[in-house]
Amino acid sequence: MARITELDVNGSREKIDVDAERTLLSVLRDDLDLTGAKYGCGEARCGACVVLMDGRPVPACVTSAGSAAGAKITTVEGLEQDGQLHPLQEAFLEVGAMQCGYCTPGMIMAGVALLRDNPDPDEAEIVRTLEGNLCRCGAYPRIVAAVRRAAGMLRGGGAA
Amino acid sequence: MNEETVEGLSLEPERYELHAEEEQHWEAARREFFGSVRGGIVVVLALDQVPATRASGAGRRGGPGVSLPQEIGVWLHIGEDGRVTGYTGKVEVGQGVRTSLTQAIADELPVPLASVRLVMGDTDLSPFDGGTSGSRTSPVVAPQLRKAAAAAREILLDLAARRAKAERASLFLEDGKVVQRGTGREFPLAELAAGQRLLKAVGDDVPTKPATAWQFADAPVPRVNGRAIVTGGHRYTSDVRRPGMLHGKVLRAPSANARRESLDTGAAGAMPGVALVVEDDFIGAAAPDELTAARAVEAIRVEWEAAGGQPSSREIFDYFKANAGEVPGSRGPTSHTAGSAAEGLSAASRVFEGTYTAAYIAHAPLEPRAAVAEWSGENGDGTLTVWTGTQRPFGVRGELAQAFGVSEDRVRVIVPDTGSGYGGKHTGEAAIEAARLAKGAGKPVKLVWTREEEFTWAYFRPAGVIDVRSGVDADGALTAWEFHNYNAGASGMRTLYDIPNQHVEFHPSRSPLRQGSYRALAATANHFARETHMDEVARAVGMDPLAFRKKHLGDARLRAVLDAAAERFGWGEALRRSPGHGFGIAGGHEKGSYVATCVEAAVDPAGGAVRIVRAVTAFECGAIINPDNLRNQVEGAVIMGIGGALFEGIAFQDGKILNARFSRYRVPRFSDVPVLETVLLDRKDLPSVGAGETPIVAIAPAVGNAVFDAIGVRLRSLPLAPNGAEPEPA
Repeated sequence: MARITELDVNGSREKIDVDAERTLLSVLRDDLDLTGAKYGCGEARCGACVVLMDGRPVPACVTSAGSAAGAKITTVEGLEQDGQLHPLQEAFLEVGAMQCGYCTPGMIMAGVALLRDNPDPDEAEIVRTLEGNLCRCGAYPRIVAAVRRAAGMLRGGGAA
Repeated sequence: MNEETVEGLSLEPERYELHAEEEQHWEAARREFFGSVRGGIVVVLALDQVPATRASGAGRRGGPGVSLPQEIGVWLHIGEDGRVTGYTGKVEVGQGVRTSLTQAIADELPVPLASVRLVMGDTDLSPFDGGTSGSRTSPVVAPQLRKAAAAAREILLDLAARRAKAERASLFLEDGKVVQRGTGREFPLAELAAGQRLLKAVGDDVPTKPATAWQFADAPVPRVNGRAIVTGGHRYTSDVRRPGMLHGKVLRAPSANARRESLDTGAAGAMPGVALVVEDDFIGAAAPDELTAARAVEAIRVEWEAAGGQPSSREIFDYFKANAGEVPGSRGPTSHTAGSAAEGLSAASRVFEGTYTAAYIAHAPLEPRAAVAEWSGENGDGTLTVWTGTQRPFGVRGELAQAFGVSEDRVRVIVPDTGSGYGGKHTGEAAIEAARLAKGAGKPVKLVWTREEEFTWAYFRPAGVIDVRSGVDADGALTAWEFHNYNAGASGMRTLYDIPNQHVEFHPSRSPLRQGSYRALAATANHFARETHMDEVARAVGMDPLAFRKKHLGDARLRAVLDAAAERFGWGEALRRSPGHGFGIAGGHEKGSYVATCVEAAVDPAGGAVRIVRAVTAFECGAIINPDNLRNQVEGAVIMGIGGALFEGIAFQDGKILNARFSRYRVPRFSDVPVLETVLLDRKDLPSVGAGETPIVAIAPAVGNAVFDAIGVRLRSLPLAPNGAEPEPA
């Protein structure tokens, strides 16, 4: 049985020793105690587990640890830099874009990836890109507003 | 101590340590409190003037699952560091009460929000509570915390007056300090609480600030733990980690009520690191990681005998009618009668009939059921601690005590702020399973249900069928109303419309699927039937649906929300109508609050798919506590309601759930959200009631009515437009 002994997570090389068939989600959460990414469906249909792999959003629940080896993985815990939240995290707080908050880390990671590709997405593009992320509490309009707001902050203009 | 203050507050007899007139029970209570909080000031809110001798923790004892009188409402502690802590048995499941209750305490004292924290849903620390449901937190607990805070304020003023040797009237509380007018002397809370061990019981009649004086009422208060949520730092149950913890997996039957014929655990038991637990019908495994636990369960060989004769979702409504009546465990039929529906119908100039149905639907909280269980002491003989996301921590403690034959004081249930519930997390299945595995494995065990388990083995919003007959006189006024609800449930069943002859009855029936609470309970199905039927009659007598409702409506609060929604929507004005678009309205009330929703819907001429273009909802729940959170709740309820209105429905056959995945059970996504507008009516003259549930009830009938307006087709079944499995993500 193949084993994985190292993962590059949030800029640090983490020593592990895990079955390569285990999901990236389980290894992040259970071995590295990075519990920001959540389990929601196990079939890549809810987005609660989204992390970035070499900058691309991936559902960690259907990504094997083996296929993540060698990639640069970023989780929601890795967004904060020197005590400074990512603008999208700030925007979620300012807009109040959450209720129970369980979907929030996955939403933020999917949103961060979107903003890297397009620093000024319109509402239709946000809806299209985040369509794979579920919020059962129905905070969708606020999440769209938060992404728009973060886009404004990233363009250097403060609030959108 | 200034005695006038005490009298002015109509408090329970003084029980300050200063007065040294303690009864034994209070002595015990104080030891208990100060054992965990050390020193400071504690205020206990005793309910209903219960004699204090009975109030000491009495609500925390009793047999398994027994609901005890809720004698203690809340506790409030001011620590020697000046921090204020409120204790309540309610839990946070996304409805925002951790914030609104923190705000109530901070506002009443007043102290800065940041100096207040809440201990919620911990059965060792919180006063007994019957559960977080029925929209009861805002109307019940927020005022209790305010009363406790008001009493604490008076204590602080008394203490400061002693220290300053000053008139109490010259002192006031501001920004975490007692301040003396004139001299400007300041007494920080920490200084006043230091070295104290005060315990004071107050009754339920402490005066508090009127809503008009609430300082946060017009300013949005951000979520108190928002930062932990956006950084991934908040620990939900499924994120809790304990030393030596294993991961659990439970073997499930392939269909409901299947009987086990044979069992061979040989291969699974030989897997290294795996602890197998077999106890009667319970079979599970615990292992160092999830994958190994899952492989162990897969390696168990079991043969099952399926149970025959179970109805499917296709014939469920006939089944309900055929099995209505005496149902074990049900309280029997409930009904409301006024005048004579039969006479009213026979005298009517026109009679209308309609049958309305609602499918079983799932809560599908994004965080599935989960628990972490840990036994301490010899051979699992000691105490049990379980972290679990439930709306009923004390109820689950009772379930655990009963399941393991231990007394409740040896079980502690801790509810981390939870990944939503919507009424779906009242029970302790995962908690019991995790505790069984932990006991068998001799180590702490985490169990997180899979999405399929959540869709299959949790409980559903009841399905139901509702028959409505109504009669109008020659002027088009309703004179008779007959409403028979089979299995959907009685909540929100009675009509607020003024109809002289009525018979409204709930007929319990047998349910092949487990069913239970849901957001607004049966009010969703009952409002769908009532508000659809009202629309049908209005159209038949040639009246505008809003005007027809108001013609029968004396209730001013329902009229107010209908008018407010209609006005914002532009109802009755020359709204530009695109081909295939229609407008619908519906309203109602439940749990003390009032809602009306206007919808513009579009029907695709090719496939008949329904899209909601715009939805305007007016909502009134008394005095508004936190307008931003309220808006969030109303929008969220409407969006959740779109799922039940348009496409959610559990399909089942032969005891199997056929769509137990998000890829087969469609819930609202970003693209389903219409233009949403929310109108909040703030009634500062009325007590605040809960808002997490009622805003869901009007959207489904409003959509159905809009579809009729668009294409002349009357839809009488929820979901209105199920269109199969959802499309592949782009």
